[in-house]
Parts: sequence; structure tokens; C-alpha cells
Amino acid sequence: MPNYRLNVLMCAGTGCTASKSAEIYDEFVKTLEKYELSNEVNVVKTGCFGLCQKGPIVAIYPDNVFYSHVKLEDVERIVSEHVYKGRVVTDLQLSDEDLETKEKILDINKIKFYEKQERIALRNCGKIDPEDIQEYIAMDGYQALGKVLSEMTPQQVIDEVKASGLRGRGGAGFPTGVKWQFEADQPGDEKYVICNADEGDPGAFMDRSILEGDPHAVIEGMTIMAYAVGSHKGYIYIRAEYPIAVQRLKIAIDQAKEYGLLGENIFNSGFDFDLEIRLGAGAFVCGEETALIASIEGKRGMPTPKPPFPAVSGVWGKPTSINNVETIANIAQIIHKGADWYSSIGTEKSKGTKVFALGGKIKNTGLVEVPMGTTLREIIYEIGGGCPNNKAFKAVQTGGPSGGCLTEKELDTPIDYDNLVAAGSMMGSGGMIVLDEDNCMVDVAKFYMEFICDESCGKCSPCRIGTKRLLEMLTKITEGEGTMEMLEEMEELCYEIKDTALCGLGQTAPNPILSTLKSFRNEYEAHILEKKCPAGVCKNLLEYYIDPDKCKKCSMCARNCPVECISGEPGKVAYVIDTEKCIKCGTCMTSCNFGAVERK
Amino acid sequence: MKSLEDLKKLREQALKKVEMREGGKDYRVVVGMATCGIAAGARPVLNKLVEETANNNYNCTITQTGCIGMCVYEPIVEVFDKNEGHTTYVHVDPDKAIKILEEHIGKGNIVEEYTVEAARKNEGK
Repeated sequence: MPNYRLNVLMCAGTGCTASKSAEIYDEFVKTLEKYELSNEVNVVKTGCFGLCQKGPIVAIYPDNVFYSHVKLEDVERIVSEHVYKGRVVTDLQLSDEDLETKEKILDINKIKFYEKQERIALRNCGKIDPEDIQEYIAMDGYQALGKVLSEMTPQQVIDEVKASGLRGRGGAGFPTGVKWQFEADQPGDEKYVICNADEGDPGAFMDRSILEGDPHAVIEGMTIMAYAVGSHKGYIYIRAEYPIAVQRLKIAIDQAKEYGLLGENIFNSGFDFDLEIRLGAGAFVCGEETALIASIEGKRGMPTPKPPFPAVSGVWGKPTSINNVETIANIAQIIHKGADWYSSIGTEKSKGTKVFALGGKIKNTGLVEVPMGTTLREIIYEIGGGCPNNKAFKAVQTGGPSGGCLTEKELDTPIDYDNLVAAGSMMGSGGMIVLDEDNCMVDVAKFYMEFICDESCGKCSPCRIGTKRLLEMLTKITEGEGTMEMLEEMEELCYEIKDTALCGLGQTAPNPILSTLKSFRNEYEAHILEKKCPAGVCKNLLEYYIDPDKCKKCSMCARNCPVECISGEPGKVAYVIDTEKCIKCGTCMTSCNFGAVERK
Repeated sequence: MKSLEDLKKLREQALKKVEMREGGKDYRVVVGMATCGIAAGARPVLNKLVEETANNNYNCTITQTGCIGMCVYEPIVEVFDKNEGHTTYVHVDPDKAIKILEEHIGKGNIVEEYTVEAARKNEGK
């Protein structure tokens, strides 16, 4: 093994790969060869660093220097300056600004984005090469599995997980240890474990990042889970849209088999466990456990009524436990460091940490892991950096299509499962989409309803027909044809769907409407009564208008208008929009250099 | 792999590879790698330091830095302890590098004769 003096870690997650990190990796290898440094410097592809907004990110260890927004042409400079001569290229360095002193912060551990985080599920992401099992082992990997198989009984493992207080990270927050106990208590010796990697909420990508950055943590967690419940066969159900994650998982499974950490007689304990990847076609409903099981069995992905619960009759009619990726990624750490350690983090009823995918109108888009009980304000403002372009914060959507919107009022709520439900939303898988003053809440509700209509499997009528009716009403409101009675009707229908839909998808589908109706009823009313969209999003309710005092009569707007509905005379007569002909495309507004075009 | 023992062995081996990414060592050894340092032979020194540290499990990280302004004394190697107290070694070559690791990192004894103070004294400054 060569001794490298320097490690160049390159994010190879999906986000950074989309901004050319693979090409940059090749460029590093090539440039290092040119400088004859290949024997001294190691270039490693690693998982997501979390700060996707600043990607592609390159970290140089042991110097602990992070470079952000690295482009192909920067590679030569980083190699010739930093790698060769030891001079940090400061203008490319990832930095933060101290809010009070305005001083530049370069120390990676002091950067706000990382300072507030506590990484358990993401602990190896961005630190190790996910395609090298040895690096995982170096970070205490597979120690927990060794401990479980040589020192603990299955019941002890279940008790430890129960004591840790870990709850399902997929959304509903069911206690993981209790779920395992149900399966373990079932008779028979043909049992299954499943990892649910069918991450489908718009804007959520934590599971993908864990699988891409630390696949062995999932394999180890599943093996421990299998031992605890008495299973010898597991499935990882992952969507085919995650090609990098699938690839890394395949490599990891092969390596684990090669090292005897998966397969027959693991650690000479007599325990066998085999793991298989099943690809899903990306249907949202397949994240629901009974639909997921149907899909694994090769059937059409549709839910079935519960009971029977999967713990009693799951895949192939046998007892099955299904856990989400993030839940499983916590298991090895809980065993390794103990339930006491884990339960010391978090709030009374929600232990440990939660990973959130921050997206929407926020400065630091990315992945953050914080202890339960952190407030929304801390996540959005301190870690996320607030809304860009000095826009005002309006709401944050949590829990995806099953969740709801939280407003300014709820910003200081400590986040845990129960508080979010009490506030009218839910934890969900951890997507957090920040909305600012430019977002129309009716439009947001409509977006989620469109998503649900597309993804409804059609098996039960409340979901299939009900959500369609909801979408129709929302569409009418955004087009200015809504009535106040519609709001009542919509609300009633929402509760009916919640009560009667077959599975979790339908039961939670009305949540985005209910929560926006609750907190932003005034916006709905503005659409209906005043026929106006306060945020200026809903096209049918907009009107463009040129302020004659501000108009410099330059004719720029008229020349750019695609339907020639603006008239005036260059230098003489101020321009006017014919609102009858106007298609509300907004081109005049963007082409005016003097801000004379207004949207009402 | 058949036992926890096997895993432990593998872990120790593998740790060397990733260990240097993690800080938390007692000493930080910094080599001046600017043009002046490289021209004076800092690269073989740096490589020797990395190799020896890995082979002998010295409790230090090896990093590089730019020019510290005493080009005449290059190659320069600075050793920082945990309290950021530091010793500056000058005109280091690979053999001296081995001795610095053995004495300073290994046993905690500063190799006085290689320090900048000793060099300046010899020059009568």
C-alpha cells in the first residue's frame, strides 16, 4: 500500500456529478500525473458533503481545506499551487462570513453550515471512499456486526434498539425496536428484511446520499436487523432513477461477500444472510410498504389493506420488517456506541438525529443532519443561511406531498415527530422546501395535488377520484373561477379522503391543502374574491402595467413582446400594454431596464 | 474474515490509509514546499517523512505549507506540538528527517543541532 502524503476527496454524489465532478476527478488524476505527483497524492471519490449549493466540492486532507464551485480549469491551479507548493488557493476556498464581524471564516469546523450539525447517519459521507470496504472498516465499520454475532442474542439486539428510542425515519416514526419485536415473535424460520430505498418525496434526497456515500452502513445495519428478527434473506428496494447509488450498492455487496461479511456463516457464528437489490420503476406509491412488497414479488405496485401487517404476512406471505435507509444507517452506530449514547441525543420522545434535505428558496441548498429538537429557525437561518436575495420568508414545506406548510409562527418549534404533527405537518422523510414571498401558496398546494394525481395507483376511489376533484377545484381557483363555497367543499372532501383512502398515500394526500387553508386562507380568498394572486404567480390573475412616469419611451418592451400588444412611439409617447391581447409572459418586465413594468 | 480479531487486524491496516485525513495527532509536521523549498530538495524530505511515519506509526500528521520567508535555510521542516509550540528545523535532508521523527516525535526530544537557532549560531549571528 503506497503512503500518500495528501488525499484529494472529490464529491461523487449525484448533485456534484451533475456539475461535472467525474470530469474534474479525471482532470485531477491527469494533472497529478503531469506533475509526477501520482505516487504521493491520492484522489478519492467520496459521497455527499451535504453542501450541494457550493458543489462540486473538493476537500484536501490532512490540510483540512475545502474548495467550492470547483471547475475543470481550476484543477491545474489547485495542483500547481496547493498540492505542489502548499499554498492554499484562497479565492476558491469554501468560506462563510461572520455575521457580526463580517470576517471571512475559513475553518471548516467553524462554518455555520457544519457547526450546528451532528452527523450519525451521514458520518462517513464525504469522508471515505464508498467503493472501498477497507475505508469503511477503518472507520469502525462492521465492528457492531461482529459484536452482535459474537456477544449478543437476537433479543438483546432488539432490546438495545428499543432502548435507543430510534423511530422510523421514513416518515411515520414508528419505534424501530417494536417493529422488529413483532417480526421476531412470529413463528416459522422463513422471514425477510427489507430496506426501503424508494425515496419519492419531491425534494428529498437523504437516502440517496447515504447509499451513495456510505453503502456499507446500510448493509451492516440490515445484517444486524436480520439477525435480530431471525431472517436470512433481505431485499434493498431502490428506484432505478438512482443509478449511482445502485452501482455503489452492488460494489459494496460484492465486497462484503468477498470479505465474508455477507453470505454464509458470517464471523463463524453460523448466521447466514444474503442480500439482493430490487429495482423499482420510481412509482411514489411503492414507498408504501404493502405496495413495495407487491412490487418485490413482481406484481403491480399497489397497496393492500392492513392488517395483516408485513410483520405477520409480508413478502411471499412471510413475516417481514421494512425500514427506511436512514433508520438502518443508524443501527450499527447504536450497537457500536450503545443505546445510552444514542438516547442522550434528541428530545424526550424523538431520539437521535434527523437528516433533512434543504431546498427551495434557501441559500445553502443541501443535506443537513441535526439533533432532534433543533428549531426550524436554526436549520433555515443558521445552517441554511435564510432566503436568498433578501426576500421575506413565507413558509417551509416539510414532509413532502404528505406533509404541510409551517409558517413564521412555528419557526421556533423544536423539531420532532410529535411537534411537527401538532403543528399540522409531519416529519416525513425529511424534505424541507423553503418558500419565500414570491411563492403562491395555492399554487404550491396545486403542485402537490398534481403530483398525487399522477402517482395515485387508482386502486381505491377516494384517492383516485377525490384527489382529481381537489385538483380541479384548485385549478379553478388559480384561474380566477373559484367560489367561496369551493373552499368549504374542498375542506370537506379533504377530510373524507383522509378517512377513507386505502393507504398512507391517499390518507395524507390532502395535507398540503389543509395546512395551506389553515395558515394561508387569506391567499385563497384573494384568488377568489379579488381575483388576484398576491405573490404574482398565477398567470390568469395577473395584469402587466407600464408606469407612464417611469417609462423612458425606449421601445425595448414593445420590440420584445411576442404578441405585439404594446404600443407607443420611441422617444415620444409612453408605452401602454393592451391587456386584452397580453399573454402574461413577463418578457416586457424582464426587458425593461428602468423597472417601469409592474405586475399586479 | 472469520472473527472479530481478523476484523481488528484489517481495521488497523486500513486505518493507516485514512488516518492522515483525520486530525487529532500529538504533532503536526509541516514541510515548506514553495519554489525555494522544492528547489532545495523539500520533496524527497516530505516523501521520506510520510513513508517513515506510516511505517513506524509516529503520532503526527505530515502536511505542507508555502514559503515562510527564510529561503536561505530551506528545506525547512516545522514541528508543532499540541500547544502550538513549535520547532523549526533547517537544511533538512531525508536522513535528518528520519532522525527528527525518531527523536522529536518518537521520544519528545528536540534535535537541537538541526534547529534554526543552532544554524544561526554557527553562522555567528
